[in-house]
Amino acid sequence: MRLLWLIPLLPFFGAFANGVLLRGRLSKKGVWMVACGSVLASLLVAVLAISGYLGSEHYAAGEPFEQQVYEWIPSGFLGIDDGTFADLSIEMGFLLDPLSCVMIFVVTFVGFWIHWFSVGYMDHEPGFQRYFTYLNLFMGMMLMLVLGNNFLVTFVGWEGVGLCSYLLIGFYYDQDFPPFAGRKAFIVNRIGDFFFLAAMFALVQRFGSLNYERVLGAIEHSPAAVQGTYVLGLSFAAFVALAIFGGATGKSAQIPLHVWLPDAMAGPTPVSALIHAATMVTAGVYMVARANVLFQLAPGISEVVAVVGALTAIFAATIGLAQTDIKKVLAYSTVSQLGYMFLACGVGAYGAAIFHLMTHAFFKGLMFLGSGSVIHAMGGEQDMREMGGLRAHMPWTYRTFLVGTLAIAGVPGLAGFFSKDQILASTWASSKLLWIVGLVTAGLTACYMFRLLFMTFHGEFRGTPEQRDHLHESPPSMTVPLIVLAAGAAVSGYVGIPRLGRFDVNVFDHFVGRVVAHVGAGHEHHASVALELGLMALSVAMAAAGIWLAWHYYGGDRGLAEGERWAARLPRLHRLLANKYWVDEAYDKTVVRGTWASARALFRFDSGFIDGFLVNGSRNVTVATSVLSGFFDKYFVDGAVNLVGWLSQAGSRFFRGLQTGLVSQYALVVAIGTAVLVWFYIVVRLGG
Amino acid sequence: MFEWIHQVPILSVITYVPLAGALVVIFGMKSENSGGIRRFATGVALLDFLISVPLWFEFEPAGELFQFRESASWIPSIGVRYEFGIDGIALLLVLLTTLLGVISFLSSWSAIKEREKEYYVFMLLLQTGMLGVFMALDFFLFYVFWEVMLVPMYFLIGIWGGSRKLYAAIKFFLYTLVGSVLMLLGILALYFYNAGGLLGYEGLGNPRTFSILQFHEIGSQIPGELQWWIFLAFFVGFAIKVPMFPFHTWLPDAHVEAPTAGSVILAGVLLKMGTYGFVRFSLPILPQGTWELLPWMVALSLIGIIYGALVAMAQKDMKKLVAYSSVSHLGFVMLGIFALNTAGLNGGILQMINHGLSTGALFLLVGVIYERRHTRMISEYGGISSKMPLYATVFLVITMASIGLPTLNGFVGEFTILVGAFNRTWWWALVGAVGIVLGAAYMLWMFQRVFFGPLTNPENENLEDLDRRELLYLMPLVILCFWIGLYPKPFFAVLEKPVDYIVRKVDADYAAAVATLPAAGAETEEAR
Repeated sequence: MRLLWLIPLLPFFGAFANGVLLRGRLSKKGVWMVACGSVLASLLVAVLAISGYLGSEHYAAGEPFEQQVYEWIPSGFLGIDDGTFADLSIEMGFLLDPLSCVMIFVVTFVGFWIHWFSVGYMDHEPGFQRYFTYLNLFMGMMLMLVLGNNFLVTFVGWEGVGLCSYLLIGFYYDQDFPPFAGRKAFIVNRIGDFFFLAAMFALVQRFGSLNYERVLGAIEHSPAAVQGTYVLGLSFAAFVALAIFGGATGKSAQIPLHVWLPDAMAGPTPVSALIHAATMVTAGVYMVARANVLFQLAPGISEVVAVVGALTAIFAATIGLAQTDIKKVLAYSTVSQLGYMFLACGVGAYGAAIFHLMTHAFFKGLMFLGSGSVIHAMGGEQDMREMGGLRAHMPWTYRTFLVGTLAIAGVPGLAGFFSKDQILASTWASSKLLWIVGLVTAGLTACYMFRLLFMTFHGEFRGTPEQRDHLHESPPSMTVPLIVLAAGAAVSGYVGIPRLGRFDVNVFDHFVGRVVAHVGAGHEHHASVALELGLMALSVAMAAAGIWLAWHYYGGDRGLAEGERWAARLPRLHRLLANKYWVDEAYDKTVVRGTWASARALFRFDSGFIDGFLVNGSRNVTVATSVLSGFFDKYFVDGAVNLVGWLSQAGSRFFRGLQTGLVSQYALVVAIGTAVLVWFYIVVRLGG
Repeated sequence: MFEWIHQVPILSVITYVPLAGALVVIFGMKSENSGGIRRFATGVALLDFLISVPLWFEFEPAGELFQFRESASWIPSIGVRYEFGIDGIALLLVLLTTLLGVISFLSSWSAIKEREKEYYVFMLLLQTGMLGVFMALDFFLFYVFWEVMLVPMYFLIGIWGGSRKLYAAIKFFLYTLVGSVLMLLGILALYFYNAGGLLGYEGLGNPRTFSILQFHEIGSQIPGELQWWIFLAFFVGFAIKVPMFPFHTWLPDAHVEAPTAGSVILAGVLLKMGTYGFVRFSLPILPQGTWELLPWMVALSLIGIIYGALVAMAQKDMKKLVAYSSVSHLGFVMLGIFALNTAGLNGGILQMINHGLSTGALFLLVGVIYERRHTRMISEYGGISSKMPLYATVFLVITMASIGLPTLNGFVGEFTILVGAFNRTWWWALVGAVGIVLGAAYMLWMFQRVFFGPLTNPENENLEDLDRRELLYLMPLVILCFWIGLYPKPFFAVLEKPVDYIVRKVDADYAAAVATLPAAGAETEEAR
């Protein structure tokens, strides 16, 4: 447990070794040994730490274990809301509690097997060492995220995984699309991060600290203090909760910031499995669960979370129905499942959300790897219309994929069934409308996933003959991780068997419940056994209906014809879904172009008005004035001098006859003349 | 280990070593011996840096506010003294100056091929001027150095610059000159008010002095209206240097035309003169003027952040893009300073250093590729990371530092700035934080267009990656970016005292609150 800091450090070390110390000096074997080894070590330390924690007095007392590494950002005394001054000091430190136990286990376990899978998958690709450097860096950042003992350390990981995501989406940097997709992901995430930052600013202002225990403990201790009006008509709890959720919509690809995730599929497929399915995208759910105290004190915001989650779930699921790219289907499925998790958070079932996060990590990680195996065999082809009948060629990929599909569809006995059922049951207790949305989504999920399964593995092969000859089962380095994750997808649900009356063996809920227990009373919903079973039966029926529908259109040897007829019958709907509701296009036309247009307009303003008109204009005025005054000097003032000279000559001629011989008289004339000239010059030069 | 620096007038030594080097070059070296001049001048800069490093170790964060004091009478008739001394703020800026000095000298070896003797003389003189500005504790002395550094920069842009160098140089000179003249008026107003009457104001009747510390003392006694005017005069001088919107248009021209080293010094150090001026003079001497003009200051800072970022987005020239990004970043610094609390000032001052490091590095990086291809147009590149992987990596790290990725320096600065700003008025921070999103947009858009995508331009086929000398001068910056990002505590430690001093001068509430906490200082001592 004392070795907590090693868990993120080990993968960082792997990244440092591959990226800097031994860059270009290792064989491929050396590279993956370092990369996988560091993650394996991290997994072992994580397991040790978790078991250490479970046996410690901290756990027995229901407290987290906190480890401070060093003081990171001390920034002096700052006046805070209660009128006192707090010594703001943010430490670099880690926190182990049931929530982070689950997270570090999922991240290191799934992460390790995806590293292993990558060894085979990336074998032929250039940039082998670069790939593993980024992947290790990602692991380190993700572990920082889930282990941080304060908001800012979590934010380090939060932005850090964003960077790795950027680098890995754009891994094939010599093409046009992947770097674009990477940048899009980074910037959309940054929009989310803006909100995360806002949440932290407010917390600092109120508590002078970002430490989870201190801040969340203080809120739990005096809930009334955070419910008065703060800014924008929101209470403090609502403002911070909304801001945290805003950050979560970016990282976890919820409406309206979901647009980056489908494009993120441009990265190598194991990356999609690790970052864009199993771990990083769930960070938003983790964050909401971590800050659940705030959400519970802001019921309005919790409603927002639930509605956004439910909408995202059904919205993405419908898109998934009409996609033909195997990874795109899985991407929208991920968006949809994340929506499910937020729905759970929104109705207060944080334990169910984290449970689903875990089971989803197994089955979605599995299916992404499975799709990677397929793409590998197809020579890079991702279009399901070119596939079909692959089960004969890739038995292990098929079998494991089938397990994943059954799990996500909610077929009883597999992991997804338990977690999804728990979410639906909790939603039922909170809102019947959202429950219906969730139920329909469950049916749609079963439908599009089986559509994928049938299109890919069943029926006749539809690709080119060359592709057919190339078809092969993947090597053991790739199938072993599939089998391991399939086992996870099959059995991981049994830690969360739903509570039926007195029969309560839901280990998971009790474990995580220590962190996400409810503030105050009135949120516990325990349905009767009959209702619980009835709801379960309904969701199973829904899944069955979805599977039947998929079979009806894509099953057996039907190929694509039936599905295409369906699409032709509803052309508008199909176009709407196939084009993802045109959200990307709408953003492009408004936000993106708007920003560009204002950037260009401001640049024109800058060079045209400020620099051109004001700056160069004042220069021109100055230059013109000096030219004029030079002109004036030359012709007018000098002319006047000459005139005086001439006049005095004339005068002298005139006065020659009147020579008085009095010097004083001459002097007087000269003095007057000079004075007039000087006066004249001064008035004209300075006054004009 | 470095006790000896207390035995010598160390600050003067640091300031005049470059001047001495310049004299040796002028009188002792022939123009034809360009290699020798180059090595000698770089050696002088390196020596100066090495002499300045002990300051970091010998500076006592908990000691006197201004340390390494030097004091001598200079022009007694009008009360001018030769006063040097540095607090934590000046310490960091002095070290930044000497470090960027060495680096910019090294980077000039391949960039400057003509009139090298004059070039290195001007560069050395510039160092002396800049160092003097940060060390002077006498306003007259400060003004002398302030003007001294103007001239070499003018020539550096005007002689070794690009195609529109004369336009840019004259623009730079006139702009800063206007600012200096107004600043001088402000200084004289303080001087006369302190000594005797001024324009109908009675004055304080103190002995005549230009002592900055004396002005700090009388700050609260200056009537509000006079403060307002003096603040305005200082404002023009400093805002032009920063540069704040709308006084910024000299900057893109100066940067684009200046040689690489000039840009590095300009962005890295010269711009900090402006923000340093606000911190050192405007805030503590003119608290009332500060509060009265606060809305304007913050408005201009916020406009600068957003405006600079958006205009940067529209740039086609890499150097110009970085120049406009400076407008945005310095907007952050100003926002932090005018949050008028510890977090804001800490962050603002740290961000001055951060900007010097990361933007300095960006100009160096643009210079690297400019020397190879003689163009800075983004559209000329694309996909070059396959040819220059090391360069791409360093560029990426610096890009991330510049857009404030946690674990790198920019984040620590921006975060503390925004915490401070939010603490003063919540929406300031939110408007400012939009700049963080836009910052990612323009920097990554440039990065993508230069480094990613297919390598289409055949002229980029033979680009060579960083060589040893280039790595040598980039690595210290990269390491510092990580250091400040991961462990900024030593930097905050030297800033603690001066920041506390300034906030107490400018914010009476804070002063009163801290005064009631006698144990506060002791507590932090214990915590350490």
